Amino acid sequence: MAKITIENLRHAYISNPTQPDHYALKHVHLDWADGGAYALLGPSGCGKTTLLNLISGLLPPSEGRILFDGRDVTHDTPEKRNIAQVFQFPVIYDTMTVYDNLAFPLRNRGVDETEIKKRVDNIADMLELTSTLSKRASGLTADGKQKISLGRGLVRSDVNVVMFDEPLTVIDPHLKWQLRSKLKELQQRIKRTMIYVTHDQTEALTFADLVVVMNNGEIVQTGTPIELFDKPRHTFVGHFIGSPGMNFLPCEVKGGKAVVGGQTINAENAKAAKSGKLELGIRPEFISFTKTGLAADVTKVSDIGRVRVVETRLASGHMVKLVVPEGDAIPTGKANITFDPNRTHVYENSWLAGDKMGAAQ
Amino acid sequence: MNKIQNNKAWFFVLPVFALVAFNALIPLMTVVNYSIQETFGNNEFFWAGPTWFSDILRSDRFHAALGRSLFFTAVVLAIEIPLGLAIALCMPKKGPWVSVCLILMALPLLIPWNVVGSMWNIMALPDLGLLGRGINALGIEYNYTRQPVAAWFTLILMDVWHWTSLVTLLCYAGLVSIPDAYYQAAKIDGAKALAVFRFIQLPKLKHVLTIAVLLRFMDSFMIYTEVVVLTGGGPGNSTTFLSIDLVKYALGQFDLGHAAAMSLIYFLIILIVSWLFYTLMMREETN
Repeated sequence: MAKITIENLRHAYISNPTQPDHYALKHVHLDWADGGAYALLGPSGCGKTTLLNLISGLLPPSEGRILFDGRDVTHDTPEKRNIAQVFQFPVIYDTMTVYDNLAFPLRNRGVDETEIKKRVDNIADMLELTSTLSKRASGLTADGKQKISLGRGLVRSDVNVVMFDEPLTVIDPHLKWQLRSKLKELQQRIKRTMIYVTHDQTEALTFADLVVVMNNGEIVQTGTPIELFDKPRHTFVGHFIGSPGMNFLPCEVKGGKAVVGGQTINAENAKAAKSGKLELGIRPEFISFTKTGLAADVTKVSDIGRVRVVETRLASGHMVKLVVPEGDAIPTGKANITFDPNRTHVYENSWLAGDKMGAAQ
Repeated sequence: MNKIQNNKAWFFVLPVFALVAFNALIPLMTVVNYSIQETFGNNEFFWAGPTWFSDILRSDRFHAALGRSLFFTAVVLAIEIPLGLAIALCMPKKGPWVSVCLILMALPLLIPWNVVGSMWNIMALPDLGLLGRGINALGIEYNYTRQPVAAWFTLILMDVWHWTSLVTLLCYAGLVSIPDAYYQAAKIDGAKALAVFRFIQLPKLKHVLTIAVLLRFMDSFMIYTEVVVLTGGGPGNSTTFLSIDLVKYALGQFDLGHAAAMSLIYFLIILIVSWLFYTLMMREETN
């Protein structure tokens, strides 16, 4: 129940950082609205868990401020910040029953038993734990235990923000999507600010309204799942989101048009590109086989269910992947491909050309 | 495909069987042999039946020694387990002091048992030893060779010094294996230090504590070397534990029948207590 503002936050695990590389979190500036569902997405070691621990107060930042509803909480303990966190591995109190586990945070805060009962029953009902309330928590399966961890966070009515640190890591695949949709449903029902940390794009894109993509201790892009897909601001986002990831081809820009291997290609932002290392980016979903266009050899076709992924090789030797829906014909050997000009972007030194924020970096 | 059925695999078990036979079964059966027969040397044996057992079980001397052993074990466990746990909780979890603490803790465990006895024997001497003179200097009369209470006090102090480290090291190993997330979750749940101990540390240490109690029970119930060196079972018989009494029967009086029967009873007590304890501690686990 809080708006979260993060100002110029930096964090280093070593005591006297001098170079940018010493920082696990280089420079983070964020503004998150109350009641939103946010995801921090990035590969292992990108600093997303560090950021989460800074927000929860488990780590003190090296520099910068954290504000909840405008109140500076930078040096407050997790308890004072009134946050809840669900960890990668389920944390339960083995000797207690499920009920006592859920009641634990309330008892520690001196809430009276009738109120505790009301809230625990309510949360247990939401999480479908009612039938196990009197059982020992240690006897539950991993997903049951993770639900308890989650329940202990939700049972406090005044929690500012609920944070998830890769909470589905130890959950069986077939239960993953169940728990994932449960989380989404809960978020929409209780409208509490939630932050979800993961390296799994599916989890991030299905859970969050706004996804923050991180790499190397920096935020590369913040956007809705659609924005991240349609207009990656950085080649990293293009690679990291989507499967297969975006195609990138070295290019030149001449007269407001991109040129790849002697062929002119229309790209929506080609005019904005000036100098530096230029690349053309296009999602495999927006390339199609056509009669004319860029010459390419089809080298491999993999069926991944509803669609097929086709790998082709250009005359320049670069590989381009296409996603072809089921039922569409796929040529063999020599073929021609065409890029959708509205979905074709030019990247300048890895950043989207003409993008204001990108240029600022 | 048909499986070849034969018993050749048993030959592979033979070496182990021989080993076990020589180091456990044969010595044990020798004791059994002595416990039910009377011998006058020359390898002549006469059937004695359960005589030695009933003698031992009815003898006041055995009851007294058993009582002393049980009391000693109880006192030692009551001090060492909580103390060892408390020290482990106070030890640093990271940094350069970890190694220092671990080495200091391991030191008493590396000293041979008879040396431990000698050390304390000298240290507790009322006229020369640091401990003995110190206590006497406080105005408390202390002489472990004459006062049973002083002898007991010295023995318990020695055992606590010698073996608390073992409990500490076991508990410490258990403590550092608790993932950080538990402490972080407890912090977020608003748990105080006592609740963290009660609901996280203690339950997670259950297994190592079981091991610690079992080891310390068996060792302290069988204590021999240090006691012989320090008090020799005295003054009088005040520190004559089962192990010391057993040696008196076997080597002092050469009363092999009684000694053998007593060994077996001693063995059974340890076996039964350990089994009972282990079963009770683990019963909750299976439920």
